[in-house]
Amino acid sequence: MTTDVQKLLKQLIAMPGLSGHEAPVRKAIHEAWVPLADEITVSRLGSLHALRRGNTQWGASGLRPSVLLSAHMDAIGMMVTGIVDGFLRFTSIGGLDPRVLPGQLVTVHGRSDLPGIIVQPPAQLLPAGSSEGAAPLTHLLIDTGLLPAEVSRKVQVGDVVSYAQAPIEMTGDLLVGHSVDNRASVAVVTHCLNLLQTRTHVWDVLAVASTQEEVTLGGAMTSAFGLNPTLSVVIDVTFASSPGSPAHKTFPLAKGPTLGWGPNVHPGLFKAFKELADRQEIPYSLEVMPRHSGTDAYAIQVVAAGIPTMVIGIPLRYMHTPVEMVAMKDILRAGRLLAEFIAGLPADFADSLAFDD
Amino acid sequence: MKEQKKSDTQTPRVGAEQIRLLEKLCNASGVSGDEGEVRKIVLSEVRPLADEVKVDALGNVLAVRHARAGSGPHLRVMLDAHMDEVGFMLVKDEGEGIFRFDSVGGVEVRYLVGKPVSIGKEHTPGVIGAKPIHLAEKNELKSSLSLDALRIDTGLTSKAKLGDRATFVTPFSRLGPSLRGKALDDRVGVATLIELLRNAPENVELLCAFAVQEEIGGRGARVAAYGFQPDLAIALDVTPARDLPAWDGSENTIYNTRLGAGPAIYAADGSTLADPRLLRYLVQVAESRSIPYQIRQPGSGGTDAGPIHLTRSGVPSISVSVPGRYIHTPVGIVRLEDWQNTLALVHAALVSLPADIFSVDR
Repeated sequence: MTTDVQKLLKQLIAMPGLSGHEAPVRKAIHEAWVPLADEITVSRLGSLHALRRGNTQWGASGLRPSVLLSAHMDAIGMMVTGIVDGFLRFTSIGGLDPRVLPGQLVTVHGRSDLPGIIVQPPAQLLPAGSSEGAAPLTHLLIDTGLLPAEVSRKVQVGDVVSYAQAPIEMTGDLLVGHSVDNRASVAVVTHCLNLLQTRTHVWDVLAVASTQEEVTLGGAMTSAFGLNPTLSVVIDVTFASSPGSPAHKTFPLAKGPTLGWGPNVHPGLFKAFKELADRQEIPYSLEVMPRHSGTDAYAIQVVAAGIPTMVIGIPLRYMHTPVEMVAMKDILRAGRLLAEFIAGLPADFADSLAFDD
Repeated sequence: MKEQKKSDTQTPRVGAEQIRLLEKLCNASGVSGDEGEVRKIVLSEVRPLADEVKVDALGNVLAVRHARAGSGPHLRVMLDAHMDEVGFMLVKDEGEGIFRFDSVGGVEVRYLVGKPVSIGKEHTPGVIGAKPIHLAEKNELKSSLSLDALRIDTGLTSKAKLGDRATFVTPFSRLGPSLRGKALDDRVGVATLIELLRNAPENVELLCAFAVQEEIGGRGARVAAYGFQPDLAIALDVTPARDLPAWDGSENTIYNTRLGAGPAIYAADGSTLADPRLLRYLVQVAESRSIPYQIRQPGSGGTDAGPIHLTRSGVPSISVSVPGRYIHTPVGIVRLEDWQNTLALVHAALVSLPADIFSVDR
């Protein structure tokens, strides 16, 4: 039994699951992973762990080696900071560009879920000089269309607010919506688990849908400690080339995933992935990450005594807007690359990992 | 002829059926100059209601319902609501589905970034993207993005082409006492005008113009008024409600109109000084019938009353608008009760319109 990856992704990007409040999306991923895993658990910080045991004969000595696949499931969003005349003031959870916000459809998770829109008051109602430049987050409001008394009954400070942009399927096998960062990578891991259903592999696979990446990387850090894997592969979105974005920091859409290279990546692991992609004729781009990779890999690499880590990127246009655009092709290719990697892992692979000194 | 006296004095209501019609109208695309989808809906609604219906040289739908009561001569009353909405046109194909675009009408540019759009007659989906925040310099985030910096992305293999119109796609919905949607300006007026035609007063010649090209200068209404030669005109539109709190808690003195305060009657805007006799009359009707109303804060902006009142040798005109928040953005909000009260006010004003209203000096 396998899971329809495109259908799953469309479902996942139609639901909330802000950093620290991942329950709705965790439930959906849980349902999708049940038929693909041997065991599913939830960490103390809310990350979802699915264990798929290695399925070849294994000697009595010691533990099976394991590879952790980490894809964060949390999304950026907002939190209510105040209520004024029935309008909500709010702050951000994760990195929001305030210029993207006016006119966005949102859901206010109050006593019940309320639809709302983010609005920018006219310049005359903002500090002098506001007709120039962008309004900061602190000057934007959410309008629920309800009367002030009803808003006060249903909403309080601290309630979270998520994007409500519905998914859009576009020509060229593209999917558009909010939270494609990083539910696209959850889809990658799901596709990998799909493919492993019919493959043999020595290693245990620990699929993790991690929490709080957009804020502290806390989910992946603690899950890696709890699961103590031999290796880890982090899958996250990266910047696809798009109008206005610098060419040297972006990668073509629909032309394959990226392979991360830099201090967060173990060079031996990088080499293994690169050679595998070449052998399998899976197109990819090289993504150089001179410092912090901006992914869970930064946290996982330094867990406990250290974990050899790899980063796979899925090119995404318009990251951190509600119209993030991804190519299904790239998701399927990355999933296949992971599955081929896992199926090809010899029992002693970790011992062979070396620095090219 | 007794049975003809029946229902024309009864106040028409905004019910589920009217909201469904507004939903259909709002979700249709109708950028100025390309109002076809809206025109189609309007024609199918008004054909059974009017005595004469035609589409004129610019694409206006002109529907006439003759007076039924008395021997006349009857006042020729023009009611106008515009079918078009603000939007875009694709103006340069940059390859791989990326297009430069220009605005049609006064779009709020700061509301464009990160929004989906619908392109052309096939409703091809597209998005107005933004550079990821991660790749933006700190000072970049403080400056707003101009139209010049934005692109519509139609995907890698779309059929979108140069010259196609694009519109917002926010789906219409009910939010408690409010209605949310794109193009409420002026589909609320269009829906109101259809209801007035459905409940046509019998004492006047009712001349309904469902006008094109309002958002680029009231061009449809001008020729509609020329053809109709009305004695008076009322433009039904949607006007901004800027009734939001000021950032520092100070009094909001530029609210223009307020949601929930009733129909906005115009004394003056940027293009029309309302005929004072019509202004006094509408206020008197509202007060005598206990219909809430507000006077729109005099100021800039304009409606189809602008071109209409200057047609031929002049037409006494006024505008009545439903207040709407965030119009000319992807998503506006109006209050249901304001729509109801606007319909009630205009209907009541027509039903009891004195034939000698212009016998006093302006």
